[in-house]
This record gives sequence, C-alpha cells and structure tokens, in this order.
Amino acid sequence: MKERIRQNAVPALFFGMCVLGMLISGQNSRYVAQELISRLARNWFLVLSLIIPVTAGLGLNFAIVLGAMAGQIGLIIVTHYKLPGLAGLAVAALLSVPIAVVLGISAGHVLNKARGREMITSMMLGFAVNGFYQLVFLFMVGTVFPVKNPEIMLDNGVGLRGTIELKYCKYALDNLIRLRLFRIDVPVAPIAIVILLCFGIRWLYKTKLGQELRAVGQDMGVASVSGINVDRTRITAMVMSTVLAAIGQVIFLQNMGTINTFNSHEQIGTVAIASLLVGGATVSRATVGQGLIGTLLFQLLFIISPAAGQRLMGNAQIGEYFRVFIGYGIIGAALLIHAWGRTTSPRSASRPARDKAVAGAGSD
Amino acid sequence: MTDVYKRFIDKVGLPRLTIILFLVALMIVATVNRLPTPMLLTNSLVRIGMNGVMVLAMVPSVQSGAGLNFGLSIGIIAGLIGMLVVMEFNLAGFLGLVVALLIACVLGAAAGYVYGQILNRVRGQEMMIGTYAGFSIVSGMCMFWLLAPFRNPEMIWVVGGKGLRLTLAVDDSLAKILDNLWRFEILGVEIPVGLLLAFALACLLLEVFFRSRFGVSMKVAGANPAFAKSCGVDVDKMRVLGTVLSTALGAMGMVIYCQSFGYVQLYMAPLMMSFPAVAAVLIGGASARKATVWNAVLGTVLFQTLLTISLPVTRSVIQGDISEVAKTIISNCMILYALTRKEGDG
Repeated sequence: MKERIRQNAVPALFFGMCVLGMLISGQNSRYVAQELISRLARNWFLVLSLIIPVTAGLGLNFAIVLGAMAGQIGLIIVTHYKLPGLAGLAVAALLSVPIAVVLGISAGHVLNKARGREMITSMMLGFAVNGFYQLVFLFMVGTVFPVKNPEIMLDNGVGLRGTIELKYCKYALDNLIRLRLFRIDVPVAPIAIVILLCFGIRWLYKTKLGQELRAVGQDMGVASVSGINVDRTRITAMVMSTVLAAIGQVIFLQNMGTINTFNSHEQIGTVAIASLLVGGATVSRATVGQGLIGTLLFQLLFIISPAAGQRLMGNAQIGEYFRVFIGYGIIGAALLIHAWGRTTSPRSASRPARDKAVAGAGSD
Repeated sequence: MTDVYKRFIDKVGLPRLTIILFLVALMIVATVNRLPTPMLLTNSLVRIGMNGVMVLAMVPSVQSGAGLNFGLSIGIIAGLIGMLVVMEFNLAGFLGLVVALLIACVLGAAAGYVYGQILNRVRGQEMMIGTYAGFSIVSGMCMFWLLAPFRNPEMIWVVGGKGLRLTLAVDDSLAKILDNLWRFEILGVEIPVGLLLAFALACLLLEVFFRSRFGVSMKVAGANPAFAKSCGVDVDKMRVLGTVLSTALGAMGMVIYCQSFGYVQLYMAPLMMSFPAVAAVLIGGASARKATVWNAVLGTVLFQTLLTISLPVTRSVIQGDISEVAKTIISNCMILYALTRKEGDG
C-alpha cells in the first residue's frame, strides 16, 4: 500500500498542478482538448521508445536524440527528392531505420564500456553526435556532398536552412483518417500506431528476448551466469530504442509540419524523458501506462502554463520559461530522489551486483 | 621501438596527442595561407585568460573526490548576479570589478555549500545530478531575470519596462578592464597582462592552498576516503569544501569572462557552459579522480588556442563559422572518451 502511494505521488502531484493551472488560465476547454489530442498523437510514440532500455537496466536513454536525428535525416532526404504524401513518409521512415540501427549499435557499444554511468554517457553521446550532425548539415552539404536545392539550403549554397518546411508530406499520417468527436479533430492513424506499439512492447516482454532484457536489467551478474549474452542484449535494447525513436520523430515532425533542423531533435530527449518521469516512472522501472499518462499530464501542463503565467504574473514569457524549467527540474528531481534512495535504503544490500556497479561509478 | 612508441602514447594520452597534432596541422595551414599570426596569438591569449579560471574551478572538486563539476553553471549564475548588481548601481572601474568578484564569491560559496550537501547524498551519480542541477537552475533563473527588481533603464527591456534584456553591454569603464591593465605590444602581439596575471594569481593561490595542511587533507579525502577517515579527516566535509571552492571559482571566473567579453548574456546562454570547462581540464590530462592546476592550465591553453586558430583557418578553406561546432564536437567527445575509460585512466 505504502509503495503504491509512493509510486503514484508524482503523477498525482502533476495532476493537481494541471487542475490548478486550468482553473487559473481559464482557457477554453475545447481548445485545450484539441491541442492536447494532437500533442499526444505526436509525442506518445517517442516517449514509449524510452521504455525498453529502462527494462534492460540502461536507465533513461538520453541517446534517443540519436534516433530522432536519424528520423530527421530521412525526412530531409525525402523533402529534397520531393516525395509526396504517405509514400514519402514511409520512405523517410525506411531510410531512417538503417541509420538508427548503426547509431544504436554504436551507442550500445559505448554504453557497455561505461557501466554504472550509462545515463550521463548517453547524454554526452547525444551532444557529441549532435556536433557531427551540425558539421554535416551546416558545412558539408553543398561542399562535400554536391547537393543543390535552394528550397532547403541557405542562399549561399552551403548548409541547410534553420527551418525546413515539409511541403510534401506534412500531415500525411494525420490526414489518413480523421474523426470528429465532440467537435474535436482526432488524428486516428498515429494513435492507432501508438496502440499497436503498446501491444508490441507487451508482446516483446513475453518472448525469450523480452525475458532476457528483464533478467539483464535486474542483475547483470545473474543473467550472465545463466547464459545470457549481457553485452549483446544491452546493445539490442539500444538498437530497438533508437529505431523506435527514429520512427517516432517522423511521426512527430509530420504533425509539426516544419523541421527545426538544428533544434528539433535536441528538445526531444528532455521532453520525452520528463514525460515518462511525470507518469511515475523511475530510472529503473518504467511501464507503457506510465509513459501514456505521463505524456498526457506533461503536455497538458505545457499547453496551459503560458496562459496561467499571463494571468498570474501578467507575463506569458514566465509560463514559457516555467515549462522549460519543469522539463529540466522534473528530470533533476527524479534522478535526485532515485540516487538518494539508493544510497540510504538498506534494501539495496540484497542486490550485490548492481551495488557494485554503482560503487564503481561512485569512485569514478 | 613499438614499445617506446606505445609508452609515449600512454604517457601523453591519446586524446591529448590528437589535439596537439591537430593544433600543429592548423598552425601549418595558417602559415601557408598567410593568416595574420600576431592577431591569432593575441586572440588566443585573451581567450585563455577569459576561460582559465572557470577551468581551474574543476580542480578542487575533483581533488576533494566530488568528481568533475558538471554543475558549474550554478557558479556561473552567481557570477552573473555579481555583474548585474554592479551594473545596476553603475559602479565603475576597479571598484566595480572588485565588488562584482566579492558578490560572485560569496553567492558562489553559499550555493556551492548547498550543492555540495546534495552531492554528498548522491554518491556515484554526481555527474548526472550535477548536470541537471545546473540545467534546472539556469532555466529557473530565466524566470528570475524576468521578475528581478532591476531598475536601470540600460538593462531592462525598453518595451514594457520590466525584465532584463537577453544580452547586456558592460559599461565602458568596466569592460576589458583587466585586459587593458598593463597591456603592451611585442612583435605585433598584444599581451593582456592584467588578465593573464589574474589567471596566474588564481592558479598560484590554489596551488598554495593544496600545499597547506588543509589542502593536503582534502587531497587525501579525495584519493582514498577510507584511509582519510582513519586519519581523522572528515571526508564529507572535505567534499563540500571542494564543491564550495569550485563553485566560488566558477562564479569569479564568470565575472572575469564577462568583463573581457564585454557583454553579459542571460537566460539560456549559460546552459551548456560547464561542458567546455570540463573538457578543457580533461584535455589537460586530468581524469575524474585526479586533476592538478597544471592540467587546468595546459588544457585551457591547448583547447582555447585550437578554437581560436580553427576559426580563421577553416574560414579560409570553407565558408561559415565552424568554431562553435568544433567546440561542441571536441568538448563532448573528450568527455565521452573520459567516461568510457576504466577508473583512474584518462
């Protein structure tokens, strides 16, 4: 019972904040609902891409940024060749998969070398690969790669524009099936894909691979003794997460309609991880349900905070900064609570292997 | 032969060797393309002086065992507040600088104390917690910059009359005050003597501190906590003290940075500033467990010279400003490399 309250404390707190914010902002409930449903449709898939690495004991995968980059590269290529509609999106997703697989394998290898400090490493990995991404798309496109396309490139012919409009495949997935419920537009297709993914993850955990992922997440030492190739299982988890993030980013951007070439993927990591944590997930435990609910609460707060800031402080900018702060703050607080609990709770003594990993990180 | 070669690489360290080779290559390209060498040297010296103290801030936190200070932005914010107070009251010249440094130091030490207490309770996750503590403080302070009771019309938005501007120009009497102190020119290279002296003084004081009895016990606490405990050293206290020193140094480093830069950048600008500082001390040969003043100096010199020279050199080859991207790639790869090493290596 006590455990149960503890688990649901974070989502309950955010639910309270949302209710309070709604009352203060006094926004039109239909506007909020419309905004919320389209935000959920584009964010859910990305948030769910985080779950597998948590199960495998890799913690919060800040390296989904890598997958997001792969998805973006796919979309940029499709926009360059002017492939229209759903076919364009499909090609973008297909192109991004091999890139995501390669990035995921590399990320897995790097994380295997940094046991006990996977999260900070995955975060630095995201930053470092982002540097290379900038190098390629700011300086090498147009010089090393002979591309000429004034629609997506800067006027001097080198580097991509800061924002690229997805003229040809914008809303392709959203518009596939649209339903009007209570005068609210519901994009059915992306939500259906999310539901498929939920069942997919549930099915995965019943397979042999899923059991191995769990075993590795619980105790690497025991898993290794029972004949599981720990390194390979961890790499598999990273590859799956990265590929899902790539597809998620394609879904996300077709709804946005424009790519912020050098920013879109960076924000994804923080927003997705904060969403998962708001749902009550921890560094070592995350479920599909927590991802779904967390995204709902986080996005709701996102929608209402500028208006609430306007009403409360007379400045909408406050609300804008408040949501940035909430994003970073919730991650910081969750990490703090987790680390704090781990060093003080006597229960961790029954987990020698993991403690060893933690101690290893501690002395580093 | 290969043995000697391998031992040489082991001693210098692969990343440092790569950086040095890269630097030499850039210098060759610079000479071949007849770029103005004195100007490049002048800029390098200024940037070394600007960033040096912030890199130096890594040394006490590593030495005390609290690890690389990824939450340096906490100190940086304290430094910004110091600058803002001085600018609000129009304090000019050296008085302004000293007051800014004092405020930065006091606020930095206070924030560092709280931060150090937190780090003591999350052993093993200091880097991650530090990073997100820094991110949270920087984004939380964005709201403060909007609401803070600053009245100086030079600093707040013209429209609305509330909230600090994104970028504030430092008053002429304060800007570059250290840079211009005893400045002289030799062979076309301008030496910012005051700025470099300030950096040197900070290094000297820190080195003296580490040779004092107190400093030695801090080093022992960092290197071998169990042994330190048996000698009667309070390890927790030493870690907090190391973090306090580090944060205060970061704050004062930011004041020095701002006066040399001539602008104070607020809001999300300080968000990623701790990573280049971490990377610089690693480039200088430090690890997450061992860092010396020498590492900080060498790292700053190598990293900043590389960045300064890379800008005009790459501009002569390809278009655009590549130095920001180079900074991102080099600093993050350096940290990544250090994270994937086994304990103790570099």
